[in-house]
Amino acid sequence: MEARIESESPDTGQEIGRLEGDEPVARDTVTPRPVSNTPRHAQGHESGIKHVTGRARYIDDLPAPHGTLHAMVGLSQIAHGRVTRLDLDAVRAMPGVVDVIAAQHIPGHRDIGPVFPGDPLFADEEVSYVGQPLFAVAATSYAEARRAVKAAVVEIEPLPPRFDPVAAAEAGEFVRPTHVQVSGDWQQALEGTPHVLEAAQFVGGQEHFYLEGQACLVVPSEDEGVIVYTSNQHPSETQKLVAEVLDIPFHAVTVENRRMGGGFGGKETQAAPWACMAALLARRTGRAIRLRLPRADDTRATGKRHPFHSHYRLGFDDDGVILGGDITLIGDCGHSPDLSEAVVDRAMFHADNAYSLGAARVTGHRARTHTASNTAFRGFGGPQGMMIVERAMDDIARHIGEDPLTVRKRNLYRAGRDTTHYGQHVDQHPLMVEIIERLERSSDYWQRRDAIREFNHRSPIIKRGLALTPVKFGISFTAKHLNQAGALLHVYTDGSVMINHGGTEMGQGLHTKVCQVVARELGIDLASVRISATRTDKVPNTSPTAASSGADLNGMAARDAASQIRQRLLDFAAEHYQFDREGLGLENGKLITDNGASMPAVSWGELIQAAYLGRVSLSATGFYSTPLIHYDRDSGQGRPFYYFAYGASVSEVRLDTLSGEYRVERVDILHDVGDSLNPAIDLGQVEGGFIQGMGWLTSEELKWNDDGRLITDGPATYKIPTFGDLPPIFNVELLEGHPNSQASIYRSKAVGEPPFMLGISVWSALRDALASLAAYRISPALDTPATPERMLMAAEALRAASRDLQETT
Amino acid sequence: MIEFFLNGQRQRVAAEANMSVLELLRGPLAKCGTKEGCASGDCGACTVAIADPKDDAETGQPLTYRTANACITPAHQLQGTHLVTIEGIARGHALHPSQASMVACHGSQCGFCTPGIVMSLFALHERQRRTPDAPLDAHGLELTLSGNLCRCTGYRPIRDAALSMGEHADTRPPWADDPALEDEVRRVGSTSFCKAEDQAQRPDQHHYQTPTTLAELIAAMHRHPDAPLVAGATDLWLDVTQQLEPFEMLIDLRQVRELRQIEEDAEGWWIGAALTYREWEPLLAEHYPAFAHLLTRLGSAQIRNRATVGGNIANASPIGDTPPVLLTLDAKLRLAGPDGVRTLPLESFFLDYKQTALAPGECISAIYLPKPEADFQQRVWKLSKRREDDISTLLAAFRWQLKNGVLSDVRVAYGGMAAIPRRVKTVEAALEGRAPNTAAFEAAKQALRDSVTPMSDTRGSSDYRLAAAVNLLERWHLTLDHTGSNSPTQEVALDAYAH
Repeated sequence: MEARIESESPDTGQEIGRLEGDEPVARDTVTPRPVSNTPRHAQGHESGIKHVTGRARYIDDLPAPHGTLHAMVGLSQIAHGRVTRLDLDAVRAMPGVVDVIAAQHIPGHRDIGPVFPGDPLFADEEVSYVGQPLFAVAATSYAEARRAVKAAVVEIEPLPPRFDPVAAAEAGEFVRPTHVQVSGDWQQALEGTPHVLEAAQFVGGQEHFYLEGQACLVVPSEDEGVIVYTSNQHPSETQKLVAEVLDIPFHAVTVENRRMGGGFGGKETQAAPWACMAALLARRTGRAIRLRLPRADDTRATGKRHPFHSHYRLGFDDDGVILGGDITLIGDCGHSPDLSEAVVDRAMFHADNAYSLGAARVTGHRARTHTASNTAFRGFGGPQGMMIVERAMDDIARHIGEDPLTVRKRNLYRAGRDTTHYGQHVDQHPLMVEIIERLERSSDYWQRRDAIREFNHRSPIIKRGLALTPVKFGISFTAKHLNQAGALLHVYTDGSVMINHGGTEMGQGLHTKVCQVVARELGIDLASVRISATRTDKVPNTSPTAASSGADLNGMAARDAASQIRQRLLDFAAEHYQFDREGLGLENGKLITDNGASMPAVSWGELIQAAYLGRVSLSATGFYSTPLIHYDRDSGQGRPFYYFAYGASVSEVRLDTLSGEYRVERVDILHDVGDSLNPAIDLGQVEGGFIQGMGWLTSEELKWNDDGRLITDGPATYKIPTFGDLPPIFNVELLEGHPNSQASIYRSKAVGEPPFMLGISVWSALRDALASLAAYRISPALDTPATPERMLMAAEALRAASRDLQETT
Repeated sequence: MIEFFLNGQRQRVAAEANMSVLELLRGPLAKCGTKEGCASGDCGACTVAIADPKDDAETGQPLTYRTANACITPAHQLQGTHLVTIEGIARGHALHPSQASMVACHGSQCGFCTPGIVMSLFALHERQRRTPDAPLDAHGLELTLSGNLCRCTGYRPIRDAALSMGEHADTRPPWADDPALEDEVRRVGSTSFCKAEDQAQRPDQHHYQTPTTLAELIAAMHRHPDAPLVAGATDLWLDVTQQLEPFEMLIDLRQVRELRQIEEDAEGWWIGAALTYREWEPLLAEHYPAFAHLLTRLGSAQIRNRATVGGNIANASPIGDTPPVLLTLDAKLRLAGPDGVRTLPLESFFLDYKQTALAPGECISAIYLPKPEADFQQRVWKLSKRREDDISTLLAAFRWQLKNGVLSDVRVAYGGMAAIPRRVKTVEAALEGRAPNTAAFEAAKQALRDSVTPMSDTRGSSDYRLAAAVNLLERWHLTLDHTGSNSPTQEVALDAYAH
């Protein structure tokens, strides 16, 4: 893949200056160059040069107004209890302190729960987790604010905390009601089958570990409001919450985000509290407020990926084909609903992954525990749901003595078995078969399978494992109303174009893709299109940038805006230049006819100037809402997803059964993104998603002490993958030649979340390596993350079980 | 007031007490390209490159740019150095190869870790310029980059960027054109702000002592008995950034001549306590490859460039990496104090959890490492949740000689198993004088089970630690059949006894 910046201009300096915007735009009109703007173009990230030169600004890099104060938040040290004393006088007396606030200082809403109530901005009478905000302080420096927080006198009468979600579910302690999906007579299916297996699986949570922590800068405006600069995936919701907390109209609050240093779902709802606190302090002091959480506070105060305790009981025939059964998913939601309703729903929607469950019941519980409120994280419950059925696939295969891949293939959705347990027809299911068959060949699955069995037979200590796992991931917000987006496009008189849309840039390349869409619609080059920070006063009432939907929704909205401009320009040109309207187009920075010939040299810039003088509006808003989707919670049936994205991965591991240490030696991936909007960016999403998913299942372990205090509260103890965890052989390809069957933006497919679940093949390969210790006759239990400790303990258990097996047979 | 060079420009700035390089950059110097990810030296987002003439005084070579985590580097330690940050490596609009390569390979997504990664690549590129023939293999790249966490890319494009820097124009930063710069840096570096006797006249340095001789150091410790000693600050500075416990006074060891040299005698080496892991590495690579390999798994390049073995010992952590190895090597310590110098076996140094035999006013000045005997053999195995840039869950160090078919001079030590790093003499006794057969190792395993009750913590449970510690004795036994392959790679474990 070429990088346009490198190849196009030998004088990179010119190019950089242009992109950076540190030179004024020329008074001459922009002259678009004839470059490839096809949607498949591997354009580099729009901020790439700013990233590598340190010029990309994040929240804490923004220059702050004179007199800006620094805020810090006081957190509960107790998991559950009644606040009997919150004495902040000593805090007020600390050096540099200007203001201190707690719940009673909030003029408006005290509860900022995003969908359902339950998230007090500051805990008032009762605390529900270690790390819950109790108060906030503003001081003249960051260090003073941090020290001042420690001076608070907090007395909390402890109440019994609950940390076990299974016990919570048994006791009916839920943050939201249980939801059930049923298809067919699942009890009959279990009774009438020759084989029934059941097992329980724990899947651990995950800290987002965005490199830029939660941060905001709030500047009081001259009216009653504020301007909020925040590292945030959901500016509109933050606008709403800030306004409600301050008890002012929404139009008094403007929220802006240019980019995030990573989000991954951790800044969808959980970036808002800090903005609300800073806004309160800003209005009270009349001064700008910076609030940036130290890493340990950030890790304790904010929610994680939901840990899940899941259970399956499935009946299947002699070939291992599932006929039906019962799956129960218990999501550990933490202390409040947050987004848990939808997260557990999505886990339920993905408990089938790529397989027909037959006649099945899927039950999802939302357990309440005294930890931070678990939240969105790439995949949004989908990965946890898939884990239970992928576990079942391996277990069934061991039970009937077949290779797990064989059993997986037999269970894939296919003609006659192509409707999910929630009633959605699985469109494009043959793609899954094609991806797996191609990957089997390209990865030499069967030859390696034989070689690995042979190796394991000879090698008593080192064991190798291999697994291929598929991904089928539903695209759309399951909350229907969120499936809408807006855009605002301006063309200025020099021909330069400014596009703004409701999505936020967290590294996923959304802004790059949207610029490509606009450039393509207007037939101009990318350098002529600039994207500005996401702002609630430009595009209002937006949805979070989440659910992989950023490009699908905002790309379509931007396309709508750009095509309106195109229509206006062509209508104008036909009249102004006396051309035949039919067949007029914009391409390569010129007005063209349908035979591709450019008309008597009307360039983009001339056309725009003429249109301006001809009093044509050069600004447009675009809008998009996803068609076709619906879901009925009462019946548990519907079509929640516009389409599915597919992929599969093959992982090979090498395990030392004496220590539990292992390495992932080779990974092969084939992933479906429809007609890619930008293969370079999509490849980056696939690779990055895979490694993040692998980290979730291998080294990223969250641990709490008996008092409910998170003890893995930073990178010293919480281990995300690092450079050496990159598999030495890592073959990643995008599936070509299969456009989306639905009318998505240029027939592309969403790519943010689906590849995350490709990491499941690593876990399955680790189980495969373990299974070799018992001649593949026992399917090993392996909770996640599969740390070296879990691997060693599982290996020891397998060896013992294998001895028992030999003795009894 | 400290004086140093930032991207080729001379700086004279007041560095407040307890200020880190990162705070100095992002605050008074308004250079926000360097990011804070964790403020604990674990993520690498704040990576900068520092050329310190004090590190290269002897070589006569051009200054070497080495990476450091700015978040845990005290600003005072910039005195007399050249600090290079992300703002200082491009030439106008022309990108440095480390930057151009990252752009071309799509090596950034959210971009927040990118400045740190680029600075690690910059240091790598500088090294490659100096030694163009040195091969860059996968392991070498891991050593360079494992201290830079990236949450977005999955590292593949960064690997490609690292490997393709040579395909881009070798653009030099503007400061590289200035032939006088290095001399200026050296000149400023040698005009110490730091003489103890100067400090009375320099009130803004009242919190920072920089003795240059052992005698000055002992005197400073006498004047300021509660002042912590600081060298690399890679652990100490967490007190500031994480515990919010500022220091009234610090005594810097990095310029104390006696703590920065290696003396060789017939039986071994006295190695200055303030030498960094990086500075130990060549000697260990030559004589103790298994120990040298352990260093590659200790912290990150940024840490190894600054952290010292003396600090690792004085810290007395139960999970320090080097003490168990040094215990098996019969290392000794030279302790200097007001009453002179004494020598103490390392084994007698660790008393209890974070308790050492250091007397008031005393410091570790050097560590004695004996030379290996002809039949010397060693295994060092570190277990951790993540292979790189992680703290030990468990560390096992074994050393022995095989003479006439029996084991002798057996030493067995573990870290992470008790309140202090310690030898397990019952295990040693079970093996000493025995043929290395199954019976001997089974006895050793039983002796270990009977002797230790490991701790449970965030890194591992007691059960896991014990099971793994026993199994590493089994691994040792198994690898004895392959003594011919005493290569450091076997310390990575997996291939040592696969067939």
